[in-house]
Amino acid sequence: MAAKTLTIDGQMISAEENQTVLQAARDHDIPIPTLCHLEGVADVGACRLCLVEIAGTPKLLPACVTRVAEGMVVTTNSERLRNYRRMILELLFAERNHPCAVCVSNGHCELQALAMNHGMDHVRFEYRHPRLELDLSHRLFGMDHNRCILCSRCVRVCWTIEGAGTKSVAGRGAASRIVTDLNQPWGESTTCTACGKCVQSCPTGALFYKGATVGEMQRDRDKLEYIVTAREKQQWIV
Amino acid sequence: MARRILIDPVTRIEGHAKITIHLDDTGNVSDARFHVVEFRGFEKFCEGRPMWEMPSITPRICGICPVSHLLASAKACDAILAVRIPAAAEQLRRLMNLAQIVQSHALSFFHLSAPDFLLGWDTPPATRNLFGLLQTHPDLARSGIRLRQFGQEIIGWLGGRKIHPAWAVPGGVREPLPEEGRRHILQNLPEALDTTRQAITLFRDALRTHEREMQVFGKFPSLFLGLANDSGAWEHYDGFLRVVDAGGNVIADRIRVDRYRDVIAEAVQPDSYLKSPYYRPMGFPQGIYRVGPLARLNLCKTMGTPLATQELERFRDYGPGTVTSSFLYHYARLIEILACLEHIQTMIPHPDLLSHHLRADAGINKLEGVGASEAPRGTLFHHYHVDQNGLIQKVNLIIATGQNNLAMNRTVAQIARHYIQGNTIPEPMINRVEAGIRAYDPCLSCSTHADGSLALQIALVAPDGTVLDQIHR
Repeated sequence: MAAKTLTIDGQMISAEENQTVLQAARDHDIPIPTLCHLEGVADVGACRLCLVEIAGTPKLLPACVTRVAEGMVVTTNSERLRNYRRMILELLFAERNHPCAVCVSNGHCELQALAMNHGMDHVRFEYRHPRLELDLSHRLFGMDHNRCILCSRCVRVCWTIEGAGTKSVAGRGAASRIVTDLNQPWGESTTCTACGKCVQSCPTGALFYKGATVGEMQRDRDKLEYIVTAREKQQWIV
Repeated sequence: MARRILIDPVTRIEGHAKITIHLDDTGNVSDARFHVVEFRGFEKFCEGRPMWEMPSITPRICGICPVSHLLASAKACDAILAVRIPAAAEQLRRLMNLAQIVQSHALSFFHLSAPDFLLGWDTPPATRNLFGLLQTHPDLARSGIRLRQFGQEIIGWLGGRKIHPAWAVPGGVREPLPEEGRRHILQNLPEALDTTRQAITLFRDALRTHEREMQVFGKFPSLFLGLANDSGAWEHYDGFLRVVDAGGNVIADRIRVDRYRDVIAEAVQPDSYLKSPYYRPMGFPQGIYRVGPLARLNLCKTMGTPLATQELERFRDYGPGTVTSSFLYHYARLIEILACLEHIQTMIPHPDLLSHHLRADAGINKLEGVGASEAPRGTLFHHYHVDQNGLIQKVNLIIATGQNNLAMNRTVAQIARHYIQGNTIPEPMINRVEAGIRAYDPCLSCSTHADGSLALQIALVAPDGTVLDQIHR
């Protein structure tokens, strides 16, 4: 496989030709914030947090779905990027209801951690406070749409790792919802295998083990990558 | 011409309130009302949330007594799971509640009320506070602060944080007491006991010069309601409801907390967000009852510990049958701190406190649950209805301060009648009216689910409703 040489934040690095900018950066310990990206499933570039500047193009490009190219010059951390990232986080918080203090994922939430890392001490947009429902009909798991950021990680793990195809995204734009089968209560799903991979994948407190109380949802996302590596490479690396 | 005096806001209490005093044509007090002007709405916005979140959402009602809500909520959830929690979990919950009563009572006595009777009613308001106390009685003020710290630290050792610990959960608790915490408690207990005994001596001395306050600050016959254990002793976490009358006669006993509606009904007043619960069999407003330290001491046989029981005997000298002066809430509070410290001393060596078998696991087995515990200010009820998946359908919270509402109104009227005459409102008079309220240590943010910071206002109103004079703080 041919190698490509590129510059990220002034650092000359080499990457495999099919790698994304995100993979290349992480291989060299250059941090790029992500939210919808999850090791083990395909990227969709939904959250836009990994936007980077690439010399020669006026557009910002998502690092998770942009392939490396020879001579590419990438900037991952600039005033402009920090402003956009913070704005994206503020919009996510304003869109639904995220009271961290009483959330099952408090202290273990990727959205919360990103907000803190990006200095989001307030939200400049008006909160929409939508009235959204909870689905506790499943025997083991619960879904709180108030805390969902529509990253679609749960959909992707359900379709591509478990292969059950239970979770999907329905609707358009801000009215989109994660649904189970044909938009029926989770507990009545005929396809769900109750494997819990969706719960492991969730970056916020939207999916949780039933009975979890504040701050108790800690996830083991390495398990997802472990399964994929075992299946695809026949390597069982714990 | 008749007038109205408005005290707004009431200071050195937890929450926002105002007092209106109505004067008749001759300048005498015709009536006085205590209004709570805040609304919180927890009962409404908890609807639709998973039951398992309730022990974390409801403590956010209050930063002073979050543990009370934590425990009552967890107990209501235990009832819905239909489980009996592990013995160790019950011991640990008891320990946390005792610690909370210590810290909350210490706050009420040393930080909020002591400036009144130690610095004097007529000292200027600018120095009649904890900072003034630190200047004149530095050792006492400092040890009072440390006593509160002692209680807060136990909460911190158990729950990982001193305020709003997410620790009690449906079915039990999350963590035991760490060994280091146990050592810390043992090390600091003697100082806490000393401080409390000194405060009791000091307050008993102060009572000699406060004969008039004892007569005027809410001295009237009423019922008293609270929890008592199987043998009729002082109880703070479990047990049964007991009601005694002013003569000390037990008029209702061994009422299971989930049958609270047999004894408690709630009236709503148009001028306050605070509901007015009353003793159902006697109707409104004859069924006026008090809860909290005064009530608990009036209805128990013993405090369950030697020193506090000895002090309880002295306390009983202040009344035949029951002690009916609300001024003696302060004394009752100190005796309860002593009892809590002694109970903590007895519990600490128990190996259960370090156990890791702390949580019973179950699904939704009942669609309704009631949890009650004794909050520092009185009996607290959480009553939940859930659907078959555990989503909250309906919430009813009956808060200690609400149950004292009728008594607080009566106290305000009694003090106003005694001290107010004529057209002006002297500041020391206002302070006495406020101190009457402070004796109950009300927590308005709890009881109305209202935003809480300290505030009070007094107004003087004519019979035609015109406000003649107002004092805002």
